[in-house]
Amino acid sequence: MTNISTLHYLVLGAALFLLGVIGVLTRRNVVIILMSIELILNAVNLNLVAFSRYWQGIHGASALQGQVFAIFIITDAAAEAAVGLGILIAFFRNKETVNVDEVNLLKW
Amino acid sequence: MHDFVQYVQSYLSSDQTPGAAGNIFWAVVYVLLVFVGLSVAVIAMNWLERKILAHMQVRLGPMRVGPHGLLQPIADALKLLLKEDIIPDGADKVVFWVAPFIVVLAAFTVFVVVPFGPTHAITDMNIGILFMLGVSSLSVLGIVTAGWASNSHYPLIGALRSSAQMVSYEVAMGLAVVSAIMMTSLEGNGTLSMIGIVQAQLAQHEWFLFKFFPLGFIAFGIFAIAMVAETNRAPFDLPEAESELTAGFHTEYSGFRWSLFFLAEYSAMIAVSSIAVTLWLGGWLRPFPNLLTGTIWNLAFSLIPGLTFLFLGAICFYNTARMPKHPLFKIQTIGLAGFGAVLALIGLVMFVPAVRDRVGDIFWFSAKVAGFMYLYIWYRGTFPRYRFDQLMKVGWKVLLPTGLALLILTAVVGMRSELLAQVKEVLHR
Amino acid sequence: MNPSLPSNPPVATPYFFYGLAAIMIIGGILVITRKNAVHSALALITTLLAQAALYLMLYAPFVAGVQIILYAGGIMVLFLFVIMLISIERNMKERQFNKQWVVGIVAAGALGGLLIAVYTTTKGGILFPPVGHESYVDGQNTQGIASLLFSQQSGTYMFAFEIASLLLLVAIIGAVVMAKKRI
Repeated sequence: MTNISTLHYLVLGAALFLLGVIGVLTRRNVVIILMSIELILNAVNLNLVAFSRYWQGIHGASALQGQVFAIFIITDAAAEAAVGLGILIAFFRNKETVNVDEVNLLKW
Repeated sequence: MHDFVQYVQSYLSSDQTPGAAGNIFWAVVYVLLVFVGLSVAVIAMNWLERKILAHMQVRLGPMRVGPHGLLQPIADALKLLLKEDIIPDGADKVVFWVAPFIVVLAAFTVFVVVPFGPTHAITDMNIGILFMLGVSSLSVLGIVTAGWASNSHYPLIGALRSSAQMVSYEVAMGLAVVSAIMMTSLEGNGTLSMIGIVQAQLAQHEWFLFKFFPLGFIAFGIFAIAMVAETNRAPFDLPEAESELTAGFHTEYSGFRWSLFFLAEYSAMIAVSSIAVTLWLGGWLRPFPNLLTGTIWNLAFSLIPGLTFLFLGAICFYNTARMPKHPLFKIQTIGLAGFGAVLALIGLVMFVPAVRDRVGDIFWFSAKVAGFMYLYIWYRGTFPRYRFDQLMKVGWKVLLPTGLALLILTAVVGMRSELLAQVKEVLHR
Repeated sequence: MNPSLPSNPPVATPYFFYGLAAIMIIGGILVITRKNAVHSALALITTLLAQAALYLMLYAPFVAGVQIILYAGGIMVLFLFVIMLISIERNMKERQFNKQWVVGIVAAGALGGLLIAVYTTTKGGILFPPVGHESYVDGQNTQGIASLLFSQQSGTYMFAFEIASLLLLVAIIGAVVMAKKRI
């Protein structure tokens, strides 16, 4: 088994990102789409923290910018999940469905 | 084989926790000890709760099963294990099966960082208190999925109410914890590690309970109220009270699965009490470690664990003498006398010098946590239940603003010299 | 395992990494393929907890703690609440995947191809040396993040911190307004 390098973490992040993108593009249920968005944000966080570790190897133990960025993204994800689920509740009350392709009142 | 023995012995002379020293054998031993200790504590809590509540309500409690009901928890455990395992029709089988395990996992994983002494913890994470708060918030997930998986109205409403309550009081708990953490940074580096917090209290010669009086006290009060709400205990037990929602989220769980919820609830109680004891009450420190020093005082305080167990044994013997002299009570009398003898023997073992030095920290920590357990039972016997909207009002409108104000005040008072210096500098410009 | 090896670097790291990576990938696949939204949520919780463990392997304990508290213990509770408030039984009997699922997978495949191309060219190979071990100072991670966020000398992210709190305030007001029955 080789040593685990930054590349391993980046490949894992890329795989999760792809899974999230597939989830967003192919599912009809809004809640699952929102969860796939959370997967995408997590993949990005993994990349950031892996690069922060790589940067610490070069610039010393105080190069923590990647981790700070990851914390901000987690905060952001919380805000976005709250607002997204609020929107979901609002349009579920209107149309009684949670499928995105049935929200087509503006379709020409 | 010799390697292994050397590996085992290499830890005994170190001054770190097994996790920090990287010693896997001793870490596993400590994990098993924590498991056994928790199980014994939960069993004891079961008996104590019924007896103490009964005595508070001027009745006797369980008296039949063993001498003074001492075997009642074992009878309860047997009953729960032998009960029929019912799964409601239409319940989601996978989620129904997994939910109690999530709650038990969250309740038990917390004990990885609980410090029973300066080296008596499974490990000492640098983010100890953060880890404890985070993992105890995972039990909310178990409760929500348990209520959902039961496919019935009462559990669902009970689960939603219970999780709303737990999430609200987590915020207040977090603020109180942060204001205690800020006090660790007053002398040297601040730290989030549980062992570091107790050592900061030792270095500052003051329990954080009494620091910047009354700020430490109010922070402790906020945490004490929030932790009772966090564990769904009286007076905040609306979601699981029997007269309200027919036992709430664990209505449909019977037998072994219910006992898992019960185990998780008591373990969570012990866990949050450990947080309170570590943060405000000085953890494993004996009373007055800096004021009353010297060999005589150390010796006097180290005799207290043994004396406590001898006292408990003496109570058992006294009650043996008071047992009715009817021949049918012979077995119970012998049993109680045997139990008293075991307690007295443990007390005598604790007088041996080799044991005396090691067991002191664990004893003081356990004694403080036991005091909190008694408080829990006392609350249950005294206070009427909060209605749900009153509960949420207290959590958001009373505890949260008080916690925020406390945080700001603690920061200002802690940094008062720096702030005054800066104000003087601004005024002199 | 030879007990006389030092504890740093840990010997079992590749096994832990591959195990956690497998848990994350399987969890991700379960999230996007389950019919029942509650099962997807539970799979996502598993993925998030495995990710927290990976953060610990990357010597980022504070981010791991924040991930457990906020993501697994906060955001996922929010998701589970909403799943239980909307009736998903009817939705479980309907068609689960879009009509354009082929285009979706082709687009994701194109993105994947791009990422593979970046990671396997020689230039990409040079950019990714092994993760070093000597750069971690025990017990200074939280303090380092705090000094980046808050300190007077090197606190370059103070403004971002304040904007993040403003963002959370806006999100709270927005979510409350949108979920109200009558504004």
